[in-house]
Amino acid sequence: MAESKTDAGMLSPYRVLDLTDERGLLCGKILADLGADVIQVEPPEGNSARRIAPFLRDDPKPDHSFFWWAYAANKRSITLDVARSDGKQLLQRLAASAHFLIESGRPGEMEALGLGYEELAAINPALIVVSITPFGQTGPYATYLASDLVGMGMGGFMYVTGDPDRAPLRVGFPHFYLHGSAAAATGAMLAHAQRVHTGAGQHVDVSCQEAVARALANSLAGYPIEGSIIVRQGSYRQTGAGTFMRITWPCKDGFVNFQFSGGASSGVSVNNFVRWMAAEGMADEYLQSLDFTSLGYGTVSREMLDRIVPPVSRFLLERTKQELFAGAIERRILLFPVSTLGDILEDPQLQARQFFQTLDCPQFDAERTVLGPFARASAAPIKGGGVPPSLGQHNIEIYEHELGLARSDVVRLRGAGVI
Amino acid sequence: MKPDDPTRPLGQLKVLDFCWVVAGPMTTSYLAEYGATVVRVESRRRPDVLRTSPPSRVKGKSLNGSGYYANYNANKYALGLNLSTPKAIDIVKRMVAWADVVSENFTPGTMERMGLGYEELRKVKPDIIMFSTSMLGRGGPRSKLPGFGAVLSSLSGMTGITGWPDRDPTNPYGAYTDFIIPRFAVATILSALDYRRRTGIGQHIDLSQLETSLHFIAPLLLDRANNGREGARTGNQHDAAAPHGAFPCQGEDRWVTITCMSDSHWIALRQVLGDPQWMLDERFHTLLGRKHNEDELEAKLADMTRAWDSEELVEALQAAQVPAGLVHTNKGMIEDPQLAYRGHIVYYEKAEIGRHPVQRSEFRLSRAPAARNWPTPFIGEHTRLVCRDILGMTDADIEPLLAEGVLEEPTAEPAASS
Repeated sequence: MAESKTDAGMLSPYRVLDLTDERGLLCGKILADLGADVIQVEPPEGNSARRIAPFLRDDPKPDHSFFWWAYAANKRSITLDVARSDGKQLLQRLAASAHFLIESGRPGEMEALGLGYEELAAINPALIVVSITPFGQTGPYATYLASDLVGMGMGGFMYVTGDPDRAPLRVGFPHFYLHGSAAAATGAMLAHAQRVHTGAGQHVDVSCQEAVARALANSLAGYPIEGSIIVRQGSYRQTGAGTFMRITWPCKDGFVNFQFSGGASSGVSVNNFVRWMAAEGMADEYLQSLDFTSLGYGTVSREMLDRIVPPVSRFLLERTKQELFAGAIERRILLFPVSTLGDILEDPQLQARQFFQTLDCPQFDAERTVLGPFARASAAPIKGGGVPPSLGQHNIEIYEHELGLARSDVVRLRGAGVI
Repeated sequence: MKPDDPTRPLGQLKVLDFCWVVAGPMTTSYLAEYGATVVRVESRRRPDVLRTSPPSRVKGKSLNGSGYYANYNANKYALGLNLSTPKAIDIVKRMVAWADVVSENFTPGTMERMGLGYEELRKVKPDIIMFSTSMLGRGGPRSKLPGFGAVLSSLSGMTGITGWPDRDPTNPYGAYTDFIIPRFAVATILSALDYRRRTGIGQHIDLSQLETSLHFIAPLLLDRANNGREGARTGNQHDAAAPHGAFPCQGEDRWVTITCMSDSHWIALRQVLGDPQWMLDERFHTLLGRKHNEDELEAKLADMTRAWDSEELVEALQAAQVPAGLVHTNKGMIEDPQLAYRGHIVYYEKAEIGRHPVQRSEFRLSRAPAARNWPTPFIGEHTRLVCRDILGMTDADIEPLLAEGVLEEPTAEPAASS
């Protein structure tokens, strides 16, 4: 692209202290990918995210957690027990020159350590403190304990996901805290935009429940506007009080996702699909009599679907994921394979954009594959994955070289279990 | 139009917004909520599909009745502009000269075809920040594939890993990836603005919604790439915790999540349920024992929870420090006391839509109090205002353009959807 890239990322002047565990790591990861100097402050025994499976070669070493790889890469690591008096003092010294501090403790936990927002602001009034909690800092549920599953249920997402004859279902990977910690990066940058004008920092109070609530599509408004309770429909989706669309369909070798509904975009796609079926002699009169572009999104009733689904299913079951996808691309039909992880690694579009990257990792005996950046920008690089820091990898660099501690004191603090 | 307000985070930011459907408009909704002047360009000739999406109280076709659309477009200005006319492209370029950010989520190549690609915009405004997001990113063999988030859930692997081990995969509700994108996107746009402030250099951001979404399952992809393990559907179970699931309560389709992440959670659960004999079974004393007998454990636990009122059970478990919660319906979310306490949902009145909820962002900034501005505009509602206040046009300039159909205003009769 046009500008010559520099190595400096967009946020290169800024330093972030990241005190989060697995519930908040993604916030700092996004800022690190955008170029900030993010220091992961780990307890001396290591961040709890280092214990999360899966592990490289199923060997559960602290540096082998792929959760850690995914959300701690591009950060530096120091060890520090902020509950100790020396630890607290060191954190205060670091906070004096930092631009952001991110934490995911329970509400009140930082205050109990004497490191609440007011205390930190007294040291550095320009500091932006980001707190990531399940329900926010205050309110009736503020002190509720929440695992991922609890959060996805309280966020309204589970009730509408899954099969109607079974329990509500979570998304297959823990997303409750990822929604909140991704949103925290946005909140941090909004606070920064204000700081640019006012010089003042502030406290950003993130609620993961609200973050998941923002992923509920149109279901939230469905109740006050139409009085509808949206229920889970398995392969179908309820789009309104009496309207549905079919989403997931079995095919010859797996599943495809094909949004069978009206509306400006979907309607064209479905019309094209019916034409394909007709060309293969598999569309009945009823299907061919419908014009899905004039139906509008979310106007297909259950009765209509009962007539539409059987012939469409027959057509799909005779064809493989890749045959259907290739045919769909050719005909501008919105049909996609339900990708397995292996399908994703072999995806030609991702390959053309060189999304997956190999790193030479002698410490892990081989080349290892990591993900590319979450976005691209023409003038400043956005980082992709990398090898995450080992525990306390940057202790000397930061405590001795940057903070000016004597090497003997660094060693002494390690011996005392402070770092 | 509202004056610039430098006390708000984005009180001086100017955005020309071509986004439609969800991922794009939700991205710019954060900017509008925090003070940016966001001018959304739309035409009745190709209306945003969300404008005709449920829920709505309007019978028949209306471009102004959708509660779905309303959730992402409050606090924005609506400029009605028919982009198929050369005069409209000239107006866009005058708007680009005004803007800091131009945002769009068309299929790659669409802006270029209209003469509004990044290189063209730079000629008008050399330091413009252009935000482009598409399903699969720019460049590559499938760049121009159309589609939106409901299908992208599948392409990104989310659908394949969601479901019961003995059944077909299930799509996560809604256009799921659309709601993942904006948090990454806003952070990137604001970072680009900071970079421009320091260096004077604008840029073009290319966000592939597939690539961004993959960061939400990154550990599984690393496992597949480096260990060769394919993902599996595990229902609600957790590899290192048991019980971990949704359990039925009194009433129809009422559920409570219960997750014992440690021995202390298990013991507290047992006490809340009155120390039933089966829970004292030696096989359930350890995590490994509970994991190895999880199906039986879940069935027995469900037999007990069925006798409970869901709210009472959650209160009792939380009081005993067990992570547990209600499985909220959409009604439950609307009535949730925590969300109400936080003011997560604000209600607006507007003709056609009526009283409707709009969600606020999921964080509270201590120095940027909530500003409740205005509800979602009708299509073309601010055409005259934008032309006058931003472009300095007079009624004599505006009227002929309205008559020619270059500019559009709200109409009384129902608009034809194409």
